[in-house]
Amino acid sequence: MSNDFTARNIPDRLTTHGQRTLKSWETLLVIIAVMVFVVNALSSPYFLNPWNLSDATFNFTEKAMIAFAMAMLIVSGEIDLSVAAIVALASTAMGFMMQAGFGTPILVATGLTVGVLCGAFNGVLVTRLGLPSIVVTIGTMSLFRGISYIVLGDKAYTGYPSDFAFFGQGYVWWVISFELVLFVIFALIYAVILHKTNLGRAVYAIGNNPIGAKFSGIRVERIKFILFLLTGLMSGVAAVCLTSRLGSTRPSIAFGWELEIVTMVVLGGVNILGGSGTIPGVVLAALIMGMVTFGFGLLNVPGIVMSIFIGLLLIAVIALPRLWSMARASRARRKA
Amino acid sequence: MLASDTTTPKTAEAALSLRGISKEFPGVKALSDVSLDLYPGQVTALVGENGAGKSTIVKILTGIYQPNGGTIEVAGQKTQFANAHAASAAGVTAIHQETVLFDDLSVAENIFIGHAPRGRFGLIDRAKMNENARAILKQVGADINPVTRLRDLGIASKHMVAISRALSVDAQVVIMDEPTAALSHKEIAELYELVEKLKADGKAILFISHKFDEIFRIADRYTVFRDGQMAGEGLIEDVSEDDLVTMMVGRSVDQIYPKKDVTIGEPVLTVSGYSHPTEFDDINFELRQGEILGFYGLVGAGRSELMQALFGITKPSKGAIKIAGDIAIVRSPAEAIGRGIVYVPEDRGKQGAIIGLPIFQNVTLPSLHKTSQQGFLKLAEEFKLAREYTARLDLRAASLDQDIGELSGGNQQKVVIAKWLATKPRVIVVDEPTKGIDIGSKAAVHEFMGELAANGLAIIMVSSELPEILGMADRAIVMREGRMAGEFKRSEMTADRLVRAAAGIKEKAV
Repeated sequence: MSNDFTARNIPDRLTTHGQRTLKSWETLLVIIAVMVFVVNALSSPYFLNPWNLSDATFNFTEKAMIAFAMAMLIVSGEIDLSVAAIVALASTAMGFMMQAGFGTPILVATGLTVGVLCGAFNGVLVTRLGLPSIVVTIGTMSLFRGISYIVLGDKAYTGYPSDFAFFGQGYVWWVISFELVLFVIFALIYAVILHKTNLGRAVYAIGNNPIGAKFSGIRVERIKFILFLLTGLMSGVAAVCLTSRLGSTRPSIAFGWELEIVTMVVLGGVNILGGSGTIPGVVLAALIMGMVTFGFGLLNVPGIVMSIFIGLLLIAVIALPRLWSMARASRARRKA
Repeated sequence: MLASDTTTPKTAEAALSLRGISKEFPGVKALSDVSLDLYPGQVTALVGENGAGKSTIVKILTGIYQPNGGTIEVAGQKTQFANAHAASAAGVTAIHQETVLFDDLSVAENIFIGHAPRGRFGLIDRAKMNENARAILKQVGADINPVTRLRDLGIASKHMVAISRALSVDAQVVIMDEPTAALSHKEIAELYELVEKLKADGKAILFISHKFDEIFRIADRYTVFRDGQMAGEGLIEDVSEDDLVTMMVGRSVDQIYPKKDVTIGEPVLTVSGYSHPTEFDDINFELRQGEILGFYGLVGAGRSELMQALFGITKPSKGAIKIAGDIAIVRSPAEAIGRGIVYVPEDRGKQGAIIGLPIFQNVTLPSLHKTSQQGFLKLAEEFKLAREYTARLDLRAASLDQDIGELSGGNQQKVVIAKWLATKPRVIVVDEPTKGIDIGSKAAVHEFMGELAANGLAIIMVSSELPEILGMADRAIVMREGRMAGEFKRSEMTADRLVRAAAGIKEKAV
């Protein structure tokens, strides 16, 4: 309201980088991560063993790789619920090619190609036909996994070549697995894309106001298509890693992952309605969820409890910010 | 004025009085020590620039905000509006610029939603509801059947339903917040009649408007806010337009339309035979460097649709455009921007500003290829570009990192214009550039447009405000029902001619 601001003295920013960091959701996640780590370390004597910790990373690396691409998609205001089904279809295709006698390079190429094609299919339906992505990808979720079931029935593909095992079971150095390295590389790549490039800026613009973005010359449909493609590709990458790690393909592979991946993205601070969120947040959310899962495993908590926990977590992270602002508003009212 | 002695404000008791009201938001003092009296049977105009605190006082009157200090008196009784329900129970109702209505409900259901008359078992008494609705509709002078589904009504009738809804509660105080902003001439005339009726019924009316002609036409009293404080109040008959403007801006605005003498240059844009299956037909014109070409017409004449086709949003079915002599095909806004055509849309909140992004990112969005390196952002360059162009428009903001949504309408418009100038366009199309923005910002936008034209930019200005066209345009094209209905040089332009062309009435024989 003050009249003192004239054009010449509008500052770039009012807060420093440090102040913004301190107040961010990511800082809260760091605190939670440290707490989970300490609780795990105190409650199980096996947790601090380097090999156990290394094993724990497999609980999140594959899902997190998909979550990075999903984060960008959700920031743009879309969503892809078919990711786990894409993993299943890509894995089935790899198994099919393996039975046909092809070697590891072709298997990997098959997994990635199927992932990209599935992403393109979703992308075309959403951007060309203008259908809502939540409905489209619920449909393709059934479609993709349905194809896996038709191909495999109650059978499984086993007997992948021994050099194929490296992607999911190999170690680069000591306890550092290939998957963990891949996770770090993709985290960096996606953080750079979302936070440091024109494409990333366009994604935020689209998520906040798709019409305004279009009126500003952003090629909204093309960018959304690219995001669906990337999500499909990352599902293909995850399919390669998971199939390699398990050494077999069943049609139920990666069942229910879409829920955990969306939870990871939302826990990471990405607004489910689009427009805001960061990759570092998703990385932290992946670490937290991985450690919690592993801690439950060490304590012999059954899988169904884990599933309940994930569901509650998803509701909690969506509801908490709302409850927080409601509490603040009522406190302000009482003061007045 | 002997006849009106019985209703002079000095003798009548105010239906509602605000005394010493203050309202603070974190870091902002929206209102400090303002007072407002509303008298039965009188219209009080509330005037002020955007951001002066008008909407805050409306929200306090309707119980949405609670003031930090001051008192509210209804018919002499001190009271508090703890929530919207309390305000409505105290007899305060508001007609907003855009009321949310429900397309799939009937007219009567829309009017009585939330307080429908109940019959046996607490069920809605439809017969009674329809009957009451019919009475209210008659009162506002609308010939609408209450059982019609709202979807089947035109815009104007929907507006009457919104007004009926506000009047369906037994209100003594009626707030009208820019009620004519979206209305045509005929509907505005009907609204004035309604205001007269309400006055005759002894309602106290608070009328918020940016349009001076209507304030002077219907208001009895005025109150002026400036920067959240009282800047003046009194009887309308005691002031002139200039006085009000001076109170609002705290300085006198002598030259509202700073039209500069400009030498018109080469043709930049040539449009020939441009047509669209439903929106416009056979549009031909030429736009030259340094020229401001006005497009006048009634709402729905196809002006915005034509401009959006030039900008690549909608596809024309026929016709061609030439930019600087070369045939150009524009299939998307990105291509239009590449060719040097940019568009400042009418719907600022939806199409112009990207609310949620900071000011500097709004400015640089179409220019990212210039401020970045190989697709990688360079924030320092972005701040530099944003600072350069927002400074030229005298933007007022706390910082360039502030969310554009926190700015007033006028300042948002400055950011949108800065965004386009930063692309260094050849042709800038401005669609209702000063709609809903305050006088100060308006003058800044006008002055700036004059300056741009003087610097050789070609400007198309779509406007429904006659003074704006008459004051700013070198040439004016009038559109009616999608076709060109007239073209006037500056020397030929008169309000009478433009209005006649827009409405399809023959010129007076001289």
